[in-house]
Amino acid sequence: MPSIKEYQTVTNIQGPLMLVEMVDEAKYGHIVDIELGDGSMRHGQILQVENDKVLVQVFEGTRGIDVERTTARFLAKPLELAVSPDILGRVFTGLGEPKDDGPALIPDKRIDINGQPINPYARDYPNEFIQTGISTIDGLNPLVRGQKLPIFSGAGLPHDDLTAQFARQATVRGKGEAFAVVFAAMGITFEAAQFFIDDLHNTGAIERAVMFVNLANDPAIERIATPRFALTAAEYLAFDLDMHVLVILNDMTNYCEALREISAARKEVPGRRGYPGYLYTDLATIYERAGRIKGKKGSITMAPVLTMPEDDKTHPVPDLTGYITEGQIILSRSLHRKGVSPPVDVLPSLSRLKDKGIGEGKTREDHADLYNQLYAAYARGKECQELAAIMGEAALSDEDKKYMKFANAFEDRYIGQDYYENRTVEQTLDLGWELLSMFENVELKRIDVKLIEKYMPRFRSAKSGNPKSE
Amino acid sequence: MSEKKQGKIVKVAGPVVVADGMTGARMYDVVRVGNLNLIGEVVELKGDTASIQVYEETTGMGPGEPVVDTEAPLSVELGPGLIESIYDGIQRPLDDLVGLEGEFMSRGSDMPGLNREKKWRFKPTVADGTEVGPGDIIGEVQETSLLLHKIMIPPGVAGKIRNIAEGDFTVTDTVALCVGPDGAETPVQLMQKCPVRSPRDIRKRFAPNRVLITGQRVVDTFFPITKGGTACVPGPFGTGKTVVQHQLAKWVDADVVVYVGCGERGNEMTDVLTEFPELKDPRSGEPLMRRSVLIANTSNMPVAAREASVYTGITIAEYFRDMGYTVALMADSTSRWAEAMREISTRLEEMPAEEGYPAYLAARIAAFYERAGRVECLGSPEREGGLSIIGAVSPPGGDLSDSVVQATLHVVKVFWSLKGELAYQRHFPAIDWLTSYSFYKQYLKGCFEDKQRGQQMEAMTVEAMGLLEQEAELLEIVRLVGAEALSPEDRLALETSRSIREDFLHQNAFHNVDTYTSMEKQFEMLKMVLHFHKQSLAAIAAGVETAEIFKLAVREDIARAKYIPEEEIEKIIKIRDTIDQQLKELQGSAVS
Repeated sequence: MPSIKEYQTVTNIQGPLMLVEMVDEAKYGHIVDIELGDGSMRHGQILQVENDKVLVQVFEGTRGIDVERTTARFLAKPLELAVSPDILGRVFTGLGEPKDDGPALIPDKRIDINGQPINPYARDYPNEFIQTGISTIDGLNPLVRGQKLPIFSGAGLPHDDLTAQFARQATVRGKGEAFAVVFAAMGITFEAAQFFIDDLHNTGAIERAVMFVNLANDPAIERIATPRFALTAAEYLAFDLDMHVLVILNDMTNYCEALREISAARKEVPGRRGYPGYLYTDLATIYERAGRIKGKKGSITMAPVLTMPEDDKTHPVPDLTGYITEGQIILSRSLHRKGVSPPVDVLPSLSRLKDKGIGEGKTREDHADLYNQLYAAYARGKECQELAAIMGEAALSDEDKKYMKFANAFEDRYIGQDYYENRTVEQTLDLGWELLSMFENVELKRIDVKLIEKYMPRFRSAKSGNPKSE
Repeated sequence: MSEKKQGKIVKVAGPVVVADGMTGARMYDVVRVGNLNLIGEVVELKGDTASIQVYEETTGMGPGEPVVDTEAPLSVELGPGLIESIYDGIQRPLDDLVGLEGEFMSRGSDMPGLNREKKWRFKPTVADGTEVGPGDIIGEVQETSLLLHKIMIPPGVAGKIRNIAEGDFTVTDTVALCVGPDGAETPVQLMQKCPVRSPRDIRKRFAPNRVLITGQRVVDTFFPITKGGTACVPGPFGTGKTVVQHQLAKWVDADVVVYVGCGERGNEMTDVLTEFPELKDPRSGEPLMRRSVLIANTSNMPVAAREASVYTGITIAEYFRDMGYTVALMADSTSRWAEAMREISTRLEEMPAEEGYPAYLAARIAAFYERAGRVECLGSPEREGGLSIIGAVSPPGGDLSDSVVQATLHVVKVFWSLKGELAYQRHFPAIDWLTSYSFYKQYLKGCFEDKQRGQQMEAMTVEAMGLLEQEAELLEIVRLVGAEALSPEDRLALETSRSIREDFLHQNAFHNVDTYTSMEKQFEMLKMVLHFHKQSLAAIAAGVETAEIFKLAVREDIARAKYIPEEEIEKIIKIRDTIDQQLKELQGSAVS
């Protein structure tokens, strides 16, 4: 180990960046302790080394740093998180320092927060169905362990309620396995963070939760490290302690803005909307840390939350996220206005891994055909709703009216659900059949005839019995 | 032995490292960087200062560390053992790395692309004394049940064969000697090395003229691709680019499939890895994995290696083409490749063109697709190989004016445009029939042995496409004045187009019958749908109400025809009789 050297050769300070010169030995990516003239401490990370010049990003911001009295200490290590099983139930700052009044942690080990990519060959395919108790997710966009499924929201939409419900209700059925929640707050308000923490308290889940909190008034640059701390904790819990971990990252838009700030300060050529060209790669190094590994018990399932500026799905943050994650749950402002909650916009929402997590032995044999049919019918119904809005209901054909009626009922009963209502997947599926019963068999082209005969309420009541009894 | 040239790092900025003291280094030489011995490539030279793109994460690296020039360009190892492998972007075997280093990728690992211990049964096809030159086949190895690996003389070697014999050899054993005119002996191995950034030599190129059957109805019938052709699949996220790519990789009528996962999801590669060994090739009944090579450089793996991954993939594909095989390469996604170029370019402080992409973006993309083609291979015996490229493009926000899409459309001949609205209705594959195109349509009739059938197919596709175009116009009218204003014929046209869309174009990739449709079945299905249209028109002329026609029970048979297995294809033919019969009954009741 080289001895730690101190430098008082800060020459340039600009935005969140600081340039130190005449440095002997500095390594890319390592961390720097910065002592200000008044004795207070800051933390930084090396962004670039050129000969003896070192460019440092300062997590807490550069306010108050001067070129005369500031001391930079180069620690020959990357950012690390100290972990032990005792991190459960604790609250940390966005830089991984304990923030609550709990006892000091005695670390088992320290882990580089950047992690290493999982070898694709070592991955195990996610195929264990997670029941969230929310119909629009379980029925139409089923989530599986090891998946990353973001929530695309907008300002003023109830994504906090939805994520809280998610964290409260998500279970793998029939298995009493150890699970944990890791929550990373990035630039969200105290209220939003506290709502989530209180909810965890009320359900007792706080004992199994680890929180990394960077609030709206905490240093912005710190947010770049926050999700990485959270995921390092998650990896430790999942792959060292065999737990099933749900990671909630809220809000990724704030993270991306911090990244943009650094990029702008470095005078890099900007990509779309001023975000750096490497935003995709950078986000991937976060999202791709979700998954399962062959031969390991634990798993990491991720639910990042992001707010789309002006509800624009093509904004770089949701756009690039959607290209990396395995689907997305999109919240709709118009449903929210109609009073439908949770206002999940069913048509553009998607879970890419659904097909492997459902069906006989996992949920039920009719699941896949059923959601295909519900989608098709709702898509048609929505078109009819729009048509009726333009030309009046009278202009619709009888068939169109039927589809519109279906769409209304679907929004009201299937999408609409109380935040404390926990539906089993069978309840969700049966509700789907009930809604489809307003159509003739011929119209249900996407469902196998045998399944219609087995599950459609009109046939079930005729046979007077449980379809499973045969 | 001359001392290896050694330089010193002066700057580290992300994936780009600058080193001085690099006198004599050439552009695109591979170098080993720093104390961790990471692999890099020289991408810029200024005097004795070299800029290097490093294929691994550079955290912890600093000025003063050594840089060693290997004096060779980035190359791949070609020989038996490629099939069924999974590599990263610079051909390190990911399966073996798990055994060596565990589940997470560590840095600086060195592992040859081909297994050095495994022995292969080599059977010579030429005798001692044969004059050979580059590309000549001298023997064969049965690599998997689906692939006979031809051993070829590497570039730059020519002479008389000596000491060739059948036997079990590793890839580095000498299987024969090639004695040059000057008496110099060159040992020939099962393996050869080949630089990735330049195309492999061929004798002659031809225009592609045979359709590459994919079993996907919308592709084969309306927008076919050829053996040696190029196609691109752009679309916003969630429209099923990857599913299309996977479907093609599974069912395409090629001898070898190279699948490059370039900057995409890790779980998708796992999907391929778990699914391919299970799936059976529809022609031979063997597991599909036995003809596949996978390259996985996922989005969180180093960007520079992502940049290299498409070249690694195509060089492997060209090698199999040179054996006289039909090869299909899927690259998912070329946008991530372009982004990797952009990232490196930014770090090199090059002047950017549009959207920050380097000015050479279009040239690189064009040069990549140009490596596809139908060719006469180098060497004897005379043989023809084909290499098709199918590239996915992921434009930001689904915007087709994106630089990568535009540069790609300049060169490819087939365009499968994925549309968000279709995906939202769960119409998959979400290929938009109105905006997609294929320049290879005229070869469709060649898929049928019976010429008449081929011509009939061609006529049917024209008719079906006409109906779909008519539908788009009619829907405009409906939106303005309502469905009541349409004539019965127009209403029928709407209904038939719906049938074409739902019963023919819509194809369920996850249904075990529907996932693949043979050309014969596609023919019969389309014929059935159009037959219904023709007969219904006649019935309307005879005074039958359209509403009555739409209610016929046979329509359910039409809708479910796609689920009829290939062996029972005559059931689809019989549906035509049912159509006639039921319409006749209607007419009978209408008249009486």
